[in-house]
Amino acid sequence: METTILFAPLVGAILCGFGWKFIGEKAAMWTATGLLFLACILSWIIFFTFDGVTQQIPVMRFIESGSLSTEWAIRLDRLTAIMLIVVTTVSALVHLYSFGYMDHDPAFREGESYKPRFFAYLSFFTFSMLALVTSDNLVQMFFGWEGVGVASYLLIGFYYRKPSANAAAIKAFVVNRVGDFGFALGIFALFFLVDSINFSDVFVSGPKLAETQLSFLWGEWSAIEVICVLLFIGAMGKSAQLILHTWLPDAMEGPTPVSALIHAATMVTAGVFLVCRMSPLMEFAPNATAFITFLGAATAFFAATIGLVQTDIKRVIAYSTCSQLGYMFVAAGVGMYSAAMFHLLTHAFFKALLFLGAGSVIHAMHHEQDMMNYGGLRKKIPYTYWGMMFGTLAITGVGIPLTGIGFAGFLSKDAIIESAWAGGTGFAFWSLVIAAAFTAFYSWRLIFLTFFGEARGNKHTHDHAHESPMTMLVPLGVLSLGAIFAGMLWYGAFFGHADKVGKFYGIPVAEASEHGEGHDADTHAAHVADGTAEEHHDTAEGDAHAEDATHADDAHGDSKTGDAAHGGDHHYVFAGEPGQGAIYIAPDNHVLDDAHASPKWVKVSPFVAMALGFLLAYLFYIVNPSLPGRLAENQRPLYLFLLNKWYFDEIYDAIFVRPTLALGRFLWRRGDGNTIDGFLNGVAMGVVPFFTRLAGKAQSGYIFTYAFYMVLGIAALVTWMSIGGGAH
Amino acid sequence: MIQADLTVILPEIVLSIYAMAALIGAVYTRKDGLGPLLVWSTAGLMAVLAIWIASQPNVTQVAFNGMFINDGFARFAKVAVLLSAAVILVMSQDYMSRRGLLRFEYPLLIALAAVGMMMMVSAGDLMSLYMGLELQSLALYVVAALRRDSAKSTEAGLKYFVLGALSSGLLLYGASLVYGFSGTTLFTGIIQTATHGEMSLGMLFGLIFLISGLAFKVSAVPFHMWTPDVYEGSPTPITAFFATAPKVAAMALFARVMHDAFGAAVSDWQQVIVLLSVLSMFLGGIAAIGQRNIKRLMAFSSIAHMGYGLIGLAAGTEMGIKAMLMYLAIYVTMNVGTFAFILMMERDGQPVTDIDALRQYSRREPAKALAVMILMFSLAGVPPMLGFFAKFGVWQAGISADLFGLVVASAIASVIGAFYYLRIVFYMYFGAENEDQLDTNSSPVLWGALMASAALMIVGVFYQFGVEGAAAAAAATLVN
Repeated sequence: METTILFAPLVGAILCGFGWKFIGEKAAMWTATGLLFLACILSWIIFFTFDGVTQQIPVMRFIESGSLSTEWAIRLDRLTAIMLIVVTTVSALVHLYSFGYMDHDPAFREGESYKPRFFAYLSFFTFSMLALVTSDNLVQMFFGWEGVGVASYLLIGFYYRKPSANAAAIKAFVVNRVGDFGFALGIFALFFLVDSINFSDVFVSGPKLAETQLSFLWGEWSAIEVICVLLFIGAMGKSAQLILHTWLPDAMEGPTPVSALIHAATMVTAGVFLVCRMSPLMEFAPNATAFITFLGAATAFFAATIGLVQTDIKRVIAYSTCSQLGYMFVAAGVGMYSAAMFHLLTHAFFKALLFLGAGSVIHAMHHEQDMMNYGGLRKKIPYTYWGMMFGTLAITGVGIPLTGIGFAGFLSKDAIIESAWAGGTGFAFWSLVIAAAFTAFYSWRLIFLTFFGEARGNKHTHDHAHESPMTMLVPLGVLSLGAIFAGMLWYGAFFGHADKVGKFYGIPVAEASEHGEGHDADTHAAHVADGTAEEHHDTAEGDAHAEDATHADDAHGDSKTGDAAHGGDHHYVFAGEPGQGAIYIAPDNHVLDDAHASPKWVKVSPFVAMALGFLLAYLFYIVNPSLPGRLAENQRPLYLFLLNKWYFDEIYDAIFVRPTLALGRFLWRRGDGNTIDGFLNGVAMGVVPFFTRLAGKAQSGYIFTYAFYMVLGIAALVTWMSIGGGAH
Repeated sequence: MIQADLTVILPEIVLSIYAMAALIGAVYTRKDGLGPLLVWSTAGLMAVLAIWIASQPNVTQVAFNGMFINDGFARFAKVAVLLSAAVILVMSQDYMSRRGLLRFEYPLLIALAAVGMMMMVSAGDLMSLYMGLELQSLALYVVAALRRDSAKSTEAGLKYFVLGALSSGLLLYGASLVYGFSGTTLFTGIIQTATHGEMSLGMLFGLIFLISGLAFKVSAVPFHMWTPDVYEGSPTPITAFFATAPKVAAMALFARVMHDAFGAAVSDWQQVIVLLSVLSMFLGGIAAIGQRNIKRLMAFSSIAHMGYGLIGLAAGTEMGIKAMLMYLAIYVTMNVGTFAFILMMERDGQPVTDIDALRQYSRREPAKALAVMILMFSLAGVPPMLGFFAKFGVWQAGISADLFGLVVASAIASVIGAFYYLRIVFYMYFGAENEDQLDTNSSPVLWGALMASAALMIVGVFYQFGVEGAAAAAAATLVN
C-alpha cells in the first residue's frame, strides 16, 4: 500500500507526460488525477489505521559504495503518515482544481498542448515530495529534496515565454542551491562521523555526537551543533526562512495551483519536516535550536510586516506563508515538534484554501492580480467568497479563548505561541504575537479589498466576473472542511497531554509523580505505546497501574482545555530513547507541560492580537478607506521600506548578484575567452602551423638534406647517451 | 641436423622457391601477361602460409645454432606480414593492370620482400638480421621505382635506395661495434655480455647505431625523411604496402633486438626509444597538417603511428610488447581500409591524391564516406573506435612502466594529430562544393576491403578474433 502511494504519482507523471500523444490529453490528465486520488485515499487509510510503530518497508537497493550502504526504503511512522495525507490530499485537490484553472490559459496559443505537461509536472512533484517524506535515509531524502526543487523550477517557469517567470524559476533554483549546499554538508558531516546515513543509525548517535568535536571552517565546534545548523540551512532554503526567503514571493510567477500545492502546502514545509524528523539530533543541540527559534520568530515577524502593504493578492499570501513557516520553526526550535507538525497540517489546509480561492478570484477577474483593481466581488463569486472567508478565519486564528473550540489556525497557532512562551525567549513570543496581529490585519485587508467596498479597476472585467466551475469549487469546499475542523479534531493528538501525544507518535511514556520527577519514574514500566491506550494498561502490571488508567482518562478529558494543572496527580512524561517513535523528546524537555501551564494572559494574547488586527483592518478598509493612503503619505520611508520588502532583493543584488555576474563575465571574457581560447587558438593557429611550416621546409626533397638529418640525429643520440645517463 | 633446421624454415623456403620458380617460368612464357595470375597465386600462397604458420604449435624452435628463431612472437609477426601483403596484393591488381604497371615481377618482388621480412622477425643473430633486412629492402627499392617512366617514382626509388644504404651502413657499423665488444653476433651471446657487469661504452655506441638503422626502417624521427617522398612517388598500391607489412616486420625486429639482445639493459635503450617515440608522434602530427596530398598525409600519419607503437616498446615489459603488437595489428587493419579508399580516388580514370577532391563526398557516396569517417576517427583515436583502444593499450603499458611524461606527451600529440584526420571528415561532410568530382565507380575488392576494415573498427571493440590472445602469447615468448 505504501509503495503504491509512493509510485502512483510517478506512474501518473510518466503516463501523462509521455503518453498523452497516444491516449489523448483528457485521458492523460484524468489518469494522473485518478492515480493521485487513489494515493490520497490510501494515505488516509494509513493515517487512521497506523498504530504508531515505526515500519521500514524496503523497496530496492539504492547506492552501495564502500561503507555507504543505502536502501530505498519507506519509513512509515507518524511524521510520514501526517505528511502523506497533507501531500496527497492537497495534490489530489490541486489536480482536480487545475482542470478548471488551466483551461484556456491565455499564456499559450490556441491549439498548443500545455495541460498534460502541467499535470505531469504536478504528479512528478508529488512523487518527489512523497519520496522525501517517506525516506529512510538522508540520501533518499536528498533525492526527493532535489526532485521537488526540479519540479518547483519547472512549474515556476511554466509560462516559459514570460521572462519574469524564467527569472523567478532560476532565482528559486539558485537560492535553494545555497540551502542545499548546507544540507549536503550536513549529510557529509553525519556520514563522516556516524559512517551511515540511515535514520536508524543516525538517530541513536545523538548523545555520542553531542560529545564529539568537529573542526569546521575556522574552529572546533560541537559536532551536533554544526550538523544541526547545516541541516537547518537546508531547511531555510526550502522553507524560505529569512536570508534565503527571497525566492518565495517571486515563485508566485507560476500558475496559482502550483503556488497552492508547492509554495504553500507541501514543498516549503519540507524544511519543517526535516527539523522534526531530525528531532533526535536537535534535542542535543541547544544552540542550534535556539538559532532556529530566533530565525523562525524573525521570519514570522518580518514577512508579516511586508504582507501589510503588498497589493498583489498572491504575494500577500506568499508572505503570509513565509510568516507561518516561521511559526512552525519556532515551535520546532523550542522543542515542540508536535506543535510544528500540527501547524504544518492545519496550515496546509487553510493556506491551500486561500491560494485556490485567490486563484478562483484571479480566474474570475481574467488574470488580474492587483487587489487595487478588485472590490465588491462578494456577490459575484459567493462560493469563492465563503471559501476565502473560512481560510481567513482559520489563518487569523478565530476561536473562543481558553476553550478548544475554534478554526484550525486558532488551535495550532495558539499552541505554538504558548510553546514559544514556555520554551523560547521573550523575543520569540512577542514576535509571534505581533505577527499574529499583522496576520489578522493583512488577511482581513485582503478580504475587504477583494470582496467588499466599491468595484475598482477595469469595469469591463468586473462586469464579466463569474463564478468558477465545479472542478474548482469542490476543492475549495473540501479544504474549507479542513480549515474549520482540522484543529479541533487533532488538538489532543498533537498538543494534548504527553500520553496522548506519545501514543500518537509512538513515543514511550513514563508515569511521573506530581512534582515533575519524571526521570525518577520507573522507566522499566515505560514501553512503546504500540497499541491503543487500553492495551497499554492491559500489559501493565499491578493495581497501581490500573489506577493510572483512570488518571489517564482524566487527562483525556481535560486535554481539550489545554490545562496541565488538571492533569492529575500522576501525569506522564516522554521516556523514549532517540529513534523510538517518530519524534524524540528529551526527558528534560518540559515545554509541553510548561505550555499547558502558561498563564491565562499568554493564552489570550494571540486572540487579542487577532482582534486588534481585525479591528484595524475594518477601520482602514471599511469605515474609512482614505486612511491607508494618508498613513502611507505620513510614514513614507516606512511604507517604502515595507513595500520594497526591506530592500532584501536590492541588497542581495548589490552584494551577491552583481559581483557574481561581474566575476562570471570576467571569467568568461578574460578567463575563458582570452586565456583558454586564446591559448588554444594561439597553439592551434600560431605555434603548430609554425612547426608545420618548419617541418615542410625541412622536407626539402634533397637526399643530402635527409642524410644530413639522419647523421645529425645519430650524432645527437650518441652525444646524449655518452654524456647523459647511458654511460655509467 | 641440417634437416631439422630446414624444417624450421620451411615456410620461408616454400615462398622463396615459389618466387624464383615463378620468375623463371614467367620469363620464358607470357611475361607480363601472367601478372594477374601471379598476383592471385602469390596472394593465395601467402594466405596459405599464414594459416600454416598460425596453426603451428606454440613452441619455440631454434635453427642454425640460434641464428633463426621460430617462436610465438615471430609467428605472430609473420602472420600479420603475410596477411597484409596478400590483401594489399589483391587490392592492387585492378589498379596496376589498368595503368599497365602489372609487370610479372611485381608480385614476385613482394613475395621476396615477404621472405626477407619473415627472416627479419625470426632473426636470432646480427647476420641473419642483416640478411633479412637487406632482402626486404632490395625488393622494396625496386618496387618503389616500379613506374620506370615516371620521374617521381624513379626519384622515390633512388632516394629510398641511397638513404637505405646509409641506414644499412649505420646498422652494420653498430653491428660490428657490438660484435667487437661482445665477441659474438648471436643475440643469446650479446645479452650475456650486457648482463655481465655494466654495458661498455662501445656496446652502447653499437646499440645506438643499431637503433638508428632500425629506426630508419620504422621511419621514426629523425630517420623518417625518406618516408613522405617515397610514399608520394611510389604507385599507390606500393605505398599501401610500405605502410603496412614492412612496418610490422621492422617493429617486430626492433622489439626482438631490444629484448633478445639487450633485454638486460632496458634502461639504456628505453630513453632512446622514448625520445624517438615523442619526436615521431609530434612531427607526424604537426607536419601532416600542412599536407594536401593524401599519400604524403598518410606518410606522416604512419610516422606518428610508429611513434605510438614505440611507446609499447619503450615500456620494456611484456605488457608493452603485447600492446605494441595489438597496435600494429590494428594499425595495419586501418591502413588497409584507408588505402583501399585512396586507391578508389579517381577522376576520369586518373588517380587523385588531393584531399580537396573529397569535398562534399558524402553527398555522392554516403556509404563510402561513412566508412572513411569511421576509419579517420579510428586513426585519430576517437572512442569507441578500435584505434582508441590501440592507443589506450600502449598508454596503459606506458603508465605501468612509469613513463608518465611519454604518455601525456602522446595524448597531446594525438590531439594535434586529430586535426588532419578530422579535416578529411570535415571536407567530406561540410566542405564547400567542388567542381572536380571523384568518379563513383569502385571495384568490388576495394569496396569490400574498405567496408570490412571500417566494420572491424567497430566490431573489433567487442570481438578481437583471437588476435589479443595471440598477441599476449607472442609477447610472453619474447619477454621472459
